[in-house]
Amino acid sequence: MENIFILGLASMGGLGFLLASCLALASKKLRVEEDPRIAMIREVLPSANCGACGMPGCFNFAEGVVGNEVSISGCPVGGANTAQEIARIMCVEIEGFQRKVAKVLCQGGLKETERKAVYYGIVDCRSASMISGGEKVCEWGCIGYSNCIKACKFDAIYMNRNGLPVVDEDNCTGCGRCVEACPRNLIEMHPPEVMVHVYCKNHAPGKIARKICKKACIACKLCVKPCPDNIHIEDNLAVIDYSNGFIGDRICTEKCPTDSIVYN
Amino acid sequence: MRLLTFKHGIHPDYHKWFTREKGIRKTDLPQMVVIPLKQHLGAICNPIVNKGDEVKVGQKLGDNDAFVSCPVHSSISGIVKSIGPYQHPGGDMVDSITIESDGKDEPFRAHRPPQDISTLQPDEIRNIIRETGIVGLGGAAFPTHVKLNPPKEKQINTVIINGAECEPYLTADHRLMLERSEDIIYGIKAVMKLLGVRKSYIGIEANKKDAIAVILKGLEKEKDADISVVSMKVKYPEGAEKMLIYAILKREVPAGGLPMDVGVVVQNVGTTIAIADAIQRSKPLIERVVTVTGLGVKRPGNLLVKIGTLFSDVIKECGGLKDGARKVLMGGPMMGIAQYSLQVPVVKGTSGIVVLVDDELKLEKTVPCIGCGNCVKACPMFLLPTRLASYTDHDMLDKADEYGILDCIECGSCVYVCPSKLHLVQLIRLGKAKILDKKRGKGVKK
Repeated sequence: MENIFILGLASMGGLGFLLASCLALASKKLRVEEDPRIAMIREVLPSANCGACGMPGCFNFAEGVVGNEVSISGCPVGGANTAQEIARIMCVEIEGFQRKVAKVLCQGGLKETERKAVYYGIVDCRSASMISGGEKVCEWGCIGYSNCIKACKFDAIYMNRNGLPVVDEDNCTGCGRCVEACPRNLIEMHPPEVMVHVYCKNHAPGKIARKICKKACIACKLCVKPCPDNIHIEDNLAVIDYSNGFIGDRICTEKCPTDSIVYN
Repeated sequence: MRLLTFKHGIHPDYHKWFTREKGIRKTDLPQMVVIPLKQHLGAICNPIVNKGDEVKVGQKLGDNDAFVSCPVHSSISGIVKSIGPYQHPGGDMVDSITIESDGKDEPFRAHRPPQDISTLQPDEIRNIIRETGIVGLGGAAFPTHVKLNPPKEKQINTVIINGAECEPYLTADHRLMLERSEDIIYGIKAVMKLLGVRKSYIGIEANKKDAIAVILKGLEKEKDADISVVSMKVKYPEGAEKMLIYAILKREVPAGGLPMDVGVVVQNVGTTIAIADAIQRSKPLIERVVTVTGLGVKRPGNLLVKIGTLFSDVIKECGGLKDGARKVLMGGPMMGIAQYSLQVPVVKGTSGIVVLVDDELKLEKTVPCIGCGNCVKACPMFLLPTRLASYTDHDMLDKADEYGILDCIECGSCVYVCPSKLHLVQLIRLGKAKILDKKRGKGVKK
């Protein structure tokens, strides 16, 4: 009886020792070298796996940074601080990091626009716009079925009582998912320092535009006169040229009869 | 006669009694018509008239050299008032030509003389069909000359004429079969000659016994052509191309394929009449029969309407809308498109105008899927509608594609039987649009 006990103990122990030494050997011989910087960069990334950098997730972004495939400041969510940290890990200097936040360029909420029909169907902007262009008369404006809100992973957009999405600029990380989500291309990314925006995408001639929305751009050119270098009218809509570092001036917005160009 | 049918499908209320006994009547000359430059599937026409030009009945207004496209013609004589975007009943803004009538209804002179199929070559027939702007009049409006021009490797051996008219409310095809059976047979012979086909079937649902009798009587004179009439079970969507082919020939069109893959061409009865008109009377497609019906219309009827007449004029012709009229559909209640305005023109694909009243609209709340499988039992394409819809909802487009979302014919059977009132077809259409965007290489909009 005692014999069997010792035999069992010895054989199992021996087998365990043998396999353990195999594993130990394998871990030495078959070791995959991973750049330690990947793990370090992963530590400083936000780990939201939102895909805003263009990579499938944060790990892939870290790999990409080490493999020199993506820019160090490529993570818009982490912003300047993360970029600084990554630069420290990679031992390089970075150029200025520009923070950007989303702007919803439409003010045509429930109060401002007319409705031409009642929509009954799934809550999805694109689906609503596929049926005769949605409920609102304006065919360029916000449809109001919150595709952008569903796309936002950081709770930075909410719907106000007027049926328009509002961006919470403190929470906005600039990932740009809402830009992709909007079927009307109403959301644009701008640095928060830029103060003046045209909150309208209506290309209808002034007379019609005024009829379909109270806050539509009617292309009256009153904003072009004070700021001729930076604002011009393109296809019945005022367009601001930000390329030369223009961040806005109160004068540009004061004359607007419909409040479609706003300083804020 | 044994009734032919397909598997699955539904039995909605047909409501055909509104208009089935009402003969086709001609409408008054409209004051103004709006002719969209795109009334077919394919490339939009380029206008060939200018603002202020005088046009005659049947004059060509626009054309495009693209293969899948066909010209549009003026349906009245008058003066071109404007050319620009106008609301299309399909839902978009489409460039359209607005013509103000001069009240004379003068025909365009440059027409070719009437001809006969016995002297025409197949290519000549196809050319006539293209030049007269004929499209499938069942509703999808696919250019007929393209359908009748199959690639060489696809041998066509059967022509099927679709007289099923399975869509509730609509009776336009029914009336056409009763009143113009000779032209239907002439049109079938033209299509058969064009394709070099010996055999053809006319499929008619069994609730139109009078139409079957009339066509059979018409066929007695035609001993040399092998045309047979088949009676089909009353079921929705019996008139869908693929269901019709299966019901009559027991051939199944492969996934992603077309009827020509199984050697069949399907034409609507209205289209055959348009072909007969084009050859015999050299008349382009400038008018069509529209069923104006529903509880919301004072005097329902089957009307011969000029293309481009506004819905408001057509409804005025039928005594106007009743109080409580709530929803106007172009097409039938199953596949029709809701309109928000009556200022839209009748186009080549307008098979009916259905006006529903308040009591009929049951805008019930949707609740989550209970997994009953009714939609799976109803789907004539053997798809899993609830699965496809939920894949679209969760943005799993690859999975939806794998489960055959692109084969959905959007017949609405699944929505009809759904106890949870889910918007299945709407979700599937959204999924299809996203997948097609992706396949065409555009960015996917969520």
